[in-house]
Amino acid sequence: MTKGRYGTHGGQFVPETLMNAVIELEGAYEKYKKDPEFLKELHTLYRDYANRPSMLYYAERMTKDLGGAKIYLKREDLNHTGAHKINNVLGQCLLAKKMGKKRIIAETGAGQHGVAAATVAALMGMECRVYMGKVDTERQALNVYRMQLLGAEVVPVTSGTMTLKDAVNEALREWTERVLDTFYVIGSVMGPHPYPEMVRDFQKVIGEEVKGQLQEKEGKLPDAVLACVGGGSNAMGLFYDFIPDKSVKLIGVEAAGRGVNTDRTAATIARGTPGVFHGMESYFLQDGDGQIAPVYSISAGLDYPGIGPEHAYLHDIGRAQYVAATDDESVAAFEYLSKMEGIIPAIESSHAVAYAMKLAPTMRKDQIIVINISGRGDKDVAAIARYKGVDIHD
Amino acid sequence: MTKSIKEVFAEKKKVFIPFITAGDPNLDITEQLIYAMEKAGAGIIEIGIPFSDPIAEGLVIQAADARALQAGTKIDGIFAMLKKVRKNSQVPIVFLTYINPIYRYGRDKFFKHCQETQVNGVIVPDVPFEEKAIIADYCTKYGVEPISLIAPTSEQRIKMLAKEAKGYIYIVSSLGVTGVRKNISTNISAIVQQIKEVTDVPAAVGFGIATPEQAGSMAKISDGAIVGSAIVKIVAQFGENCIQPVAEYTKKMCEAVTKTIK
Repeated sequence: MTKGRYGTHGGQFVPETLMNAVIELEGAYEKYKKDPEFLKELHTLYRDYANRPSMLYYAERMTKDLGGAKIYLKREDLNHTGAHKINNVLGQCLLAKKMGKKRIIAETGAGQHGVAAATVAALMGMECRVYMGKVDTERQALNVYRMQLLGAEVVPVTSGTMTLKDAVNEALREWTERVLDTFYVIGSVMGPHPYPEMVRDFQKVIGEEVKGQLQEKEGKLPDAVLACVGGGSNAMGLFYDFIPDKSVKLIGVEAAGRGVNTDRTAATIARGTPGVFHGMESYFLQDGDGQIAPVYSISAGLDYPGIGPEHAYLHDIGRAQYVAATDDESVAAFEYLSKMEGIIPAIESSHAVAYAMKLAPTMRKDQIIVINISGRGDKDVAAIARYKGVDIHD
Repeated sequence: MTKSIKEVFAEKKKVFIPFITAGDPNLDITEQLIYAMEKAGAGIIEIGIPFSDPIAEGLVIQAADARALQAGTKIDGIFAMLKKVRKNSQVPIVFLTYINPIYRYGRDKFFKHCQETQVNGVIVPDVPFEEKAIIADYCTKYGVEPISLIAPTSEQRIKMLAKEAKGYIYIVSSLGVTGVRKNISTNISAIVQQIKEVTDVPAAVGFGIATPEQAGSMAKISDGAIVGSAIVKIVAQFGENCIQPVAEYTKKMCEAVTKTIK
């Protein structure tokens, strides 16, 4: 097997034009991931700039209301820029800086990764261009303006389905053109090696913190940890430190869209088949000829036809369980958490909340679940209002 | 039997290699285009199997892929068309597609059908040297030559790639994706020189070539010129009436390439 493999998944499927860049990145990452100076610098940025550690909050009202397991929320929504995406972007941009790159490009779905990229580019004095599907620029218009405000150029992508997958395509195309001076900051645990490993490493702080924080509060491990999964970076970040702790259930919640048995879905584990796309072997939603399916979810951040290779592997070996939540269930969870705890979660994270609402009542009161609130929902308020048929002017 | 890629280069010395997308605008036209381009002097013909997400292609070929898929083009249909072609033409044919269609269709089945329709080679831009094991055994089993790409950024990799190359080497003239370019600034001669030091496998240049002048200057310093977007543009413009204009264009390009034979 070749480099960056997780069972049969992963690998390095990029055009020859990019191979030296990928090899250079791999070399730089191998060097810096063990460099105490680099790690110290990164953790200082996590603390002083991104506001880490993020809090682990006991959701008492929700726990009582659901009447089962004790529920904790990991508050990644309180990070600077409002989502877990900043963890990874700080890591990659610091690496880019060490490699002498002055220009970054990024793809974005909901806009959270794009906003994080634009933010850190501003912080580090780098030029930044963000590719975003045209459909997504419309459903997340506020984030487009935020990126522009931060000094980034936002390129609306009009090819294909005009969503996240097409934004990745366009970023890859741009990278082959500007490979000599440009660092591609991939936003999830996907793409060619070393990205899935590197992004997971920059996100694993989530699970490490949860473990310590829960030890302090409860003196034990959780029974289950839950996170939404598109490409899967917040889930991988939460899961990774718990993989050796076999008693901890790892649950990833995919976007079912209108339902996993409809063709308006983005549930890759539920409905996907093995394939090779966007640099990696993994599971993809596709037809019998390998044409990538036009996927759908209310959540722009989960609207992706693939899943990171390490998730595909955790699924294969049965270490993690993957379930799905529909648009309706997730919108209900979005409203539920807002009213119950005064926390408006991102529509992406609401998928994890939706499944927790089903799971918690089936568990004992002495059991504990942790939900990763991967981002805040301010960006979604207008879209949810539209979904509910409420006319507002934002 | 079809001629081998090697025989074509030995016979023609300099080879013009046109590319079209299968099923654009439909498979009947693709079949007619193969005959017309062979007659106009093309030594090898590259046939693109359309993919929903062709990440190495520029706008022109992206649009062709979308048109072909919209028209309902399937891999089975492409093989059926080639079966007909082989009753009338023995021109070497090389597929260009991405790994996902091959992988999902079934690698064994795909390469078996390639053998049955005498497809000589396959170019898979998203399978680099390091990942070639994903198709290598199937290629060997069914006698299909995997074509290697060498890019302006390949540098120290050139000799490693060239040493194991089969069929012909596809030299990517420029950074970025496929598409017509005004200027090609890469030092192609230097790349060709390194290739020739380690292999006898011929090397042709593609990406960005549109005019007879460009094709001539590229063929002069290598073994041939590959042209895709410029032809696909003609197909897009003329639709079902594209046979004649594509044949005329191919003829001009072949002449420009042949003229460089010393």
